[in-house]
Amino acid sequence: MLRYILKRLIWLLVVLFGLCVITFTLSRVVPGDPAAAYIGPRARPEQVELVRQQLGLDRPLYVQFGFYLRDLAHGNFGESLRTHRPVLRGIVDHLPASLELMFSAIIIALFLGIPIGVVSARRENTVVDHLSRLFSVANVSMPSFWLAMIFQIVFFRWLGLFPIGGRIDTVTALLHPIEKITGFSIVDAVISGNWVALRNVLLHLVLPSVTLAAYSTGLIARMTRSTMLEVLREDYITTARSIGVSESEIHFIHALRNAIGPTLTTAGLCFASMLTGTFFIELIFFWPGLGTYTINAIFLNDYPVIMAVTLLMALFYVAVNLCVDLLLAIADPRIRISK
Amino acid sequence: MVKKKHREYFRGLSLIVKNPLTVFGLVIIVVLVLSAMLAPFIAPYPEQGRGLSNLQERLKAPSIRHPLGTDNLGRDLMSRIVYGARVSIKAAIIVVLIVMGFGVPLGLIAGYFGGKIDELIMRFADMILAFPSLLLAIAIVASTGPSLLNALIAISIPWWPWYTRLVRGQVISLKEMQFVESAKAVGASSSRIMFRHILPNCLSPIIVQGTLDMGYIILCLASLGFLGLGTQPPTADWGVMVNDGREFFLTQWWISTFSGAAIFITVLAFNLVGDGLREAMDPKIRWRFQRT
Repeated sequence: MLRYILKRLIWLLVVLFGLCVITFTLSRVVPGDPAAAYIGPRARPEQVELVRQQLGLDRPLYVQFGFYLRDLAHGNFGESLRTHRPVLRGIVDHLPASLELMFSAIIIALFLGIPIGVVSARRENTVVDHLSRLFSVANVSMPSFWLAMIFQIVFFRWLGLFPIGGRIDTVTALLHPIEKITGFSIVDAVISGNWVALRNVLLHLVLPSVTLAAYSTGLIARMTRSTMLEVLREDYITTARSIGVSESEIHFIHALRNAIGPTLTTAGLCFASMLTGTFFIELIFFWPGLGTYTINAIFLNDYPVIMAVTLLMALFYVAVNLCVDLLLAIADPRIRISK
Repeated sequence: MVKKKHREYFRGLSLIVKNPLTVFGLVIIVVLVLSAMLAPFIAPYPEQGRGLSNLQERLKAPSIRHPLGTDNLGRDLMSRIVYGARVSIKAAIIVVLIVMGFGVPLGLIAGYFGGKIDELIMRFADMILAFPSLLLAIAIVASTGPSLLNALIAISIPWWPWYTRLVRGQVISLKEMQFVESAKAVGASSSRIMFRHILPNCLSPIIVQGTLDMGYIILCLASLGFLGLGTQPPTADWGVMVNDGREFFLTQWWISTFSGAAIFITVLAFNLVGDGLREAMDPKIRWRFQRT
């Protein structure tokens, strides 16, 4: 087990290095002069030259890459061209809102996707199966930004059930301000016992998290169905049937337990890729998270922000994948040995 | 032998046709490709489809004159969507070809030669696959400047390793077969064996993967377009059109709704057909399918 973990960690380091090479290369192919962009449009040539020296842009590329790595190791991810604030601060400020959205979405996806997959496998090749397969493939095929807008038309414009966007109503935020403790609105509202605000925050969370969950729900349902079908053909299921275990018990307890591995791997991947998914959903629901922060940076050509976010998001993605693999290796000895 | 092969294909084909969802997807794709090819004849207002604005008829609701309404520059939405199909399908085919052009030869080389070359290629492929693909694509376009060409390249870069993996796996099992041995015995060169003898035998999984990817690539392109990082105006692009309609969609709902529906239906169709193909080709799944 220890050897497996060690091997994975070394591989992680290699991937991280590759990651830095890619973001470094991208930040150097940017059209235009980074020094000129840093100092602003009305700078004199001598000033630009000074900034170029300060930023180390006059050194050879490999030296620059060395500086880049050194800065990263010190937790210095550069600063925004527009605000000149450290990018890391911006990311830390915006991350909780996105994580809140992602956690609610993955919970919705698991609670919808797994039962749909199980029922679909149980009623294989019936109308129920066809419908649930259509449902999952439709979820996977839908552009999230489009679904978000449809939800806004239906649930805000027509039915008036949910707010159009944002994390909290302005009035509620003014009358019942949430004390900022962790940055997660729900947690903060619960800790401070602010029930009016909690209700409002939850209402705002429904549409964005359901939209974000759509893709993962489809993928999880699909994965659950196919692994369930494989497991259901095993001998021990036949044995369970022959000794008279009820069908629901077979499906939801005996079979699901063995089919859950690949499903959880999928869920882990989904969770990791949700960070990119939030770009579109936060934009449409005016959600003040990391997605909005990045999209604004893209619109303003704020390269240091884009590159730092890319680096950190990719790091997050790789780390989540690693965690999922390690958890699976702990749960399933076959993986440890085969690798 | 030839007869048997034909029968195999026929059986696969009949399995595809038996699945109503696959047929549904196939019909949509045929309609889509036809309308993309015949866009100048099908579109009610071809010039507007190409980008000519018509400001007198801004934001008109769907009517007999404009079946799907008009957009913020007064262009007939149906014409725009038909021309958008042209752009999306062409772009997706280009991406699939680029990706195959890189991925397939690398997979052939890795699988055929093995050893150090294999290790090097596959480690590199694994590393690319460790990144979230859409994020990498967004970062690439954001730094190289938004244009359709850059978007196509940006989507291709994180994509080729899937084909390398796929082909490598096939090659490893194929290269032990007798026909490869005999080709070697008569003195065929490595490249001839790889491209003339092994490659034709791994075409079917490559084609299935290509079909499945078409849908996802169209979705990626639309997403980049939606962020303004893909196709640039006045060329019609579904993702750009959804974004154009965003400003008005609570009152003039049709622009974003219909453009987005076009993306959704297209991606759905490719996914349904891809799933059907995979079922027909994978004997393990086929067996399950035939039971009923």
